Amino acid sequence: MAKFGIVVDVEKCTGCYSCFLACKDEYIGNDYLPISAAQPASHHKWLHINEVEYGAGTKVKVDYVPVMCQHCEEAPCMKLTGHGEVYRREDGIVIIDPVKAKGHREIVDACPYRVIFWNEEKDLPQKCTFCAHMLDAGEKDVRCAESCPTGALVFGDLDDPGSKVSQLLKAREEKVESFKPEFGTKPVVKYISLPKPFIAGEVLLSDKPGVCLKGAKVTLLTKAGKKVSAAETDFLGDFEFKGLARDTDYVLRAEFEGYVAKEITVRTNASLNVGELMLVAR
Amino acid sequence: MEEKVFTNMTNGGPISVYVRNGKVVRVRPLQVKEEDYKPWVIEAGGMKFSPPKALRVAPPVHAERNRLNSENRILYPLKRVDFDPAGERNLQNRGKSGYERISWDEALDIISKEIKRVTETYGDAALSGMTSSHHNWGIVGYKMGPFARFMNMLHYTPILDNPDSWEGWHWGATHTYGFYWRLGMPEQFDLLEDTLQNSEMIVFWSNDPDTTRGTYSGQESAIWRVWLKERGIKAIFIDPFYNYTTAAMDGTWMPIRPGSDTALAMAIAYVWITEGTYDKAYVADRTIGFDEFKDYILGVGDKEYPKTPEWAAEESGIPVRKIVSLAREWASKRTCLSSGSRGGEGSACRTAYGTEWARMMVLLQAMQGMGKPGINIWGATMGSPSNNTFWFPGYAEPEGQMGKAKIAKNKLSYLNKTKQRLFRLTLPDAIMAGEGDFWGEGFCGQSLEQQFTHNVYPIEAKVKMFYRYGGSFMGTMSDTNKWLKMYQSDALEFVVNQDCWYGGEATYADIILPACTNLERNDLAEFAAAGGYTTNAHTGNNYRVIVRQQKCIEPLGESKSDYEIFTLLADRLGMKELYTEGNTEDDWARLFFESSDVAKTVTWEEFNRKTYHIVPVAENYKRTPGFRWYAEGRDCDTPDTNNPKRGTDKGKELGTYTGKIEFASESLRQNMPDDQERPIVPHFIPSWEGYRSEGYDRYPLQIISPHPRFSFHTHYDNHTSWLNEISVHRVEKDGYAWWPVRLNPVDARARNVSSGDIVELYNDRGSVLCIAQVTERVFPGTLHSYGCSARYDPLIPGKPGSTDKAGCINLLTSGRLISKHAAGMTPNSCLCELRKWEG
Repeated sequence: MAKFGIVVDVEKCTGCYSCFLACKDEYIGNDYLPISAAQPASHHKWLHINEVEYGAGTKVKVDYVPVMCQHCEEAPCMKLTGHGEVYRREDGIVIIDPVKAKGHREIVDACPYRVIFWNEEKDLPQKCTFCAHMLDAGEKDVRCAESCPTGALVFGDLDDPGSKVSQLLKAREEKVESFKPEFGTKPVVKYISLPKPFIAGEVLLSDKPGVCLKGAKVTLLTKAGKKVSAAETDFLGDFEFKGLARDTDYVLRAEFEGYVAKEITVRTNASLNVGELMLVAR
Repeated sequence: MEEKVFTNMTNGGPISVYVRNGKVVRVRPLQVKEEDYKPWVIEAGGMKFSPPKALRVAPPVHAERNRLNSENRILYPLKRVDFDPAGERNLQNRGKSGYERISWDEALDIISKEIKRVTETYGDAALSGMTSSHHNWGIVGYKMGPFARFMNMLHYTPILDNPDSWEGWHWGATHTYGFYWRLGMPEQFDLLEDTLQNSEMIVFWSNDPDTTRGTYSGQESAIWRVWLKERGIKAIFIDPFYNYTTAAMDGTWMPIRPGSDTALAMAIAYVWITEGTYDKAYVADRTIGFDEFKDYILGVGDKEYPKTPEWAAEESGIPVRKIVSLAREWASKRTCLSSGSRGGEGSACRTAYGTEWARMMVLLQAMQGMGKPGINIWGATMGSPSNNTFWFPGYAEPEGQMGKAKIAKNKLSYLNKTKQRLFRLTLPDAIMAGEGDFWGEGFCGQSLEQQFTHNVYPIEAKVKMFYRYGGSFMGTMSDTNKWLKMYQSDALEFVVNQDCWYGGEATYADIILPACTNLERNDLAEFAAAGGYTTNAHTGNNYRVIVRQQKCIEPLGESKSDYEIFTLLADRLGMKELYTEGNTEDDWARLFFESSDVAKTVTWEEFNRKTYHIVPVAENYKRTPGFRWYAEGRDCDTPDTNNPKRGTDKGKELGTYTGKIEFASESLRQNMPDDQERPIVPHFIPSWEGYRSEGYDRYPLQIISPHPRFSFHTHYDNHTSWLNEISVHRVEKDGYAWWPVRLNPVDARARNVSSGDIVELYNDRGSVLCIAQVTERVFPGTLHSYGCSARYDPLIPGKPGSTDKAGCINLLTSGRLISKHAAGMTPNSCLCELRKWEG
């Protein structure tokens, strides 16, 4: 028996919205009973893309995070109801029964990921079904992953170690995480490189401000002084530290031979552009 | 209810179309059998790169059925209620009047009678017409087919397109390195591999390939930019906007003030010259005129000033040290320049004096040894390994057009007796004044000299009837209020609009005709292939795919194919046999097929059964990187078939007068030596509408309007409601889908504007409403809003100058051309102001 899952690699997502449109194409106006009723003509986003712009000034980044039903192992939408309105298949796909769930508006609000939508016309909560109707017909892929031009969405059988999705999970093991694990729902969908705060800046020499400083050493330390990461400024004098913890105090130290090292303390409530770190000659 | 699957194709790639009960229910990328894919492999840096076994269509293509069934489809012939061809025409009411439904017979009778009346009264040349830049896919039905064949048969006055995508490259770069047969684009052959293998850095300058997509190749090259990142090739982006490719590649952004790109380029040259960090041997052997150029850059002579980094920092807003470091790094590394989607193009080439920027792009790479490994001009969207000798007709080449191809008995598109021409950019002016002149012949792909021809209108007759095929210009041309004035003047006695969907110009016509889409008729074509001035465009794909485009559903409403419409008109004019040669659309399709290389191995019946044919890359595929032959002093060995010197005893030469790269252009020296605006050596000339021009105090925001991300020009916008839920494209507020404008927090704060506010963009030419998106991604003092709104929604219909709420930015742009003799459009040299809309 297969166990289906998706891995979302945020680093590869370019925000092209192919997945978003492919999902609409599959479901708008198309019934796939008994699995799903047709999606309405507009305003459902069974798969939606969060556009995350972070940083400031010239040091900005943009990430795109596709979010669909996480097909949670402890789905709150399942726990809420008790008569099969929402059920989990053997292959792990969580389905909202398009007949039994009629009228159950509370199912929409049960989801902390807000991926369940109300169909006014049909009086029905609806969401992503991992294209179960296609899989049941023998297809191997789902519409969103099929449309992805960069391999940012990979779908497959988690129980098959040879599947693309299993191989990807293994290869990028240290970077795989859940989205919003604090919800406690045990989501099956996994993410790589979810947006995290970064710190960027430029190092300059106060007696040579007209020149970019390449090769200055910049170290990131915890407040207690333990080294987290080290970098060297590039030909534009820029440095950056990516993938940092949120709401955390750090110390940034910039050094260059013959100059007094400069240290500043920073906190990652948001990504930071620390601007120009000016080093004074000894 | 059985589901049937059909094959078809779009401007963004091939599709499988699923039909149930005569309705399209789903559209997917073409479902190709796995064994039919034979992906190539590129080896670079110890890594192997190979495309997946799938086809990657452009994002809006996933919404094709939404577009097909749009409520904006024109379904029936319509006549303007106060237009009476036998009585009062009320031309001044165009744009204000309503329409009533009429029968096809009535519509065609009116049109054919008008054609007869106009041509008999004023002469054949009094009939004119024009299409938009792009059409729906399929070579039988493409605009250069039925439309051109019909109109030329009647000896109409052709209207020449300006080379919109190419402008600065077409009118400028050609005078540095030739390639006029590519409208100024450098050849891109095998440059994906060359860059992956050899480049250490890529400078993307005015280029957002993730958005502009190598024109018709969909998202095929998106994976290439993932590979470039995996290879660790440093990516720098010079752009007023932190664009989508910068985001995708996590690149280094160098924000630049619009209109200063030429200054930055010259300062980079200044650093290389003063520090001696350019390829002196290459410059000495492969170029001419360097000393003259050097003198200009160094400011030799009392009229000149040196193009220093300090000067460029003032112009561009980029700190001096960054300019110097970029120049030094560029010279010290094998750097690829990506200055537009096809190597060239880019918004910076559609600006005042945009010729000078494009020329500098070529000359900068010439200073570093263009054509050497890893050193080239490559757009990051074309140049995959491909079978480049296998031939299939493209829409832009004579053999792909029913009016010019050998398959036609009468090549009617060549037999037009009318000599006079009109020019798209200046059409409204010429029509309203009854006279006009322009430089060049539109797409000057035959020679450098074509650009220097001077055309005067009229020669035979003033145009009285205008047959408009499409309606996109409100969102795509320049100073577009003047198109409305043209329609409302009495110069045009009769106007027809023929289209699949209502475009902004439709409601200025007297008769509107419903055309059907290519999903409602048969056709055939190759994925991405245009031919003509862009040979081998299929190198923007990972695979060459030729498709039998199958009719999926019956035409909606009473819509008909363009070919059928022109056949019916031809019949009323007694020219049916001449026009059709007895061919149905399927007959033409088969004739095109049989003329192609596909027919050598596949029968027509097999092609119809399988519906697609993939052309594999040869086992012993020989790489011939673009420009490498030139750098090495060899004969041209790339498959650039339209290079006239290729295969001759001048095969080692470029398409310039001297055969070399010209820092001081011989073609300009010999033809227009006194042109101060496109001088022999490129110059920095401050924009006539920019940060140093008159008017900047009143309108202190520069607006750039690049090609849109979610609409192929105007093809998808307004007709594809699903796109209104993508906030990059349109944002729904208070029941309307608004067009975004992006601005910096500094400019927003000064105007008390927040994200989500409806704002008015205005200047002396027009007024447009947009929805504000405040973002750090825009250089201060700059607005970023895409061009190509397909909807024109004036608050006061029929009043030129009325505020448009649909987002036609082009109402604001100037109709002034690049320079005196460079007849290119300049939408990115535009000043305006922005305020909160209180309406």
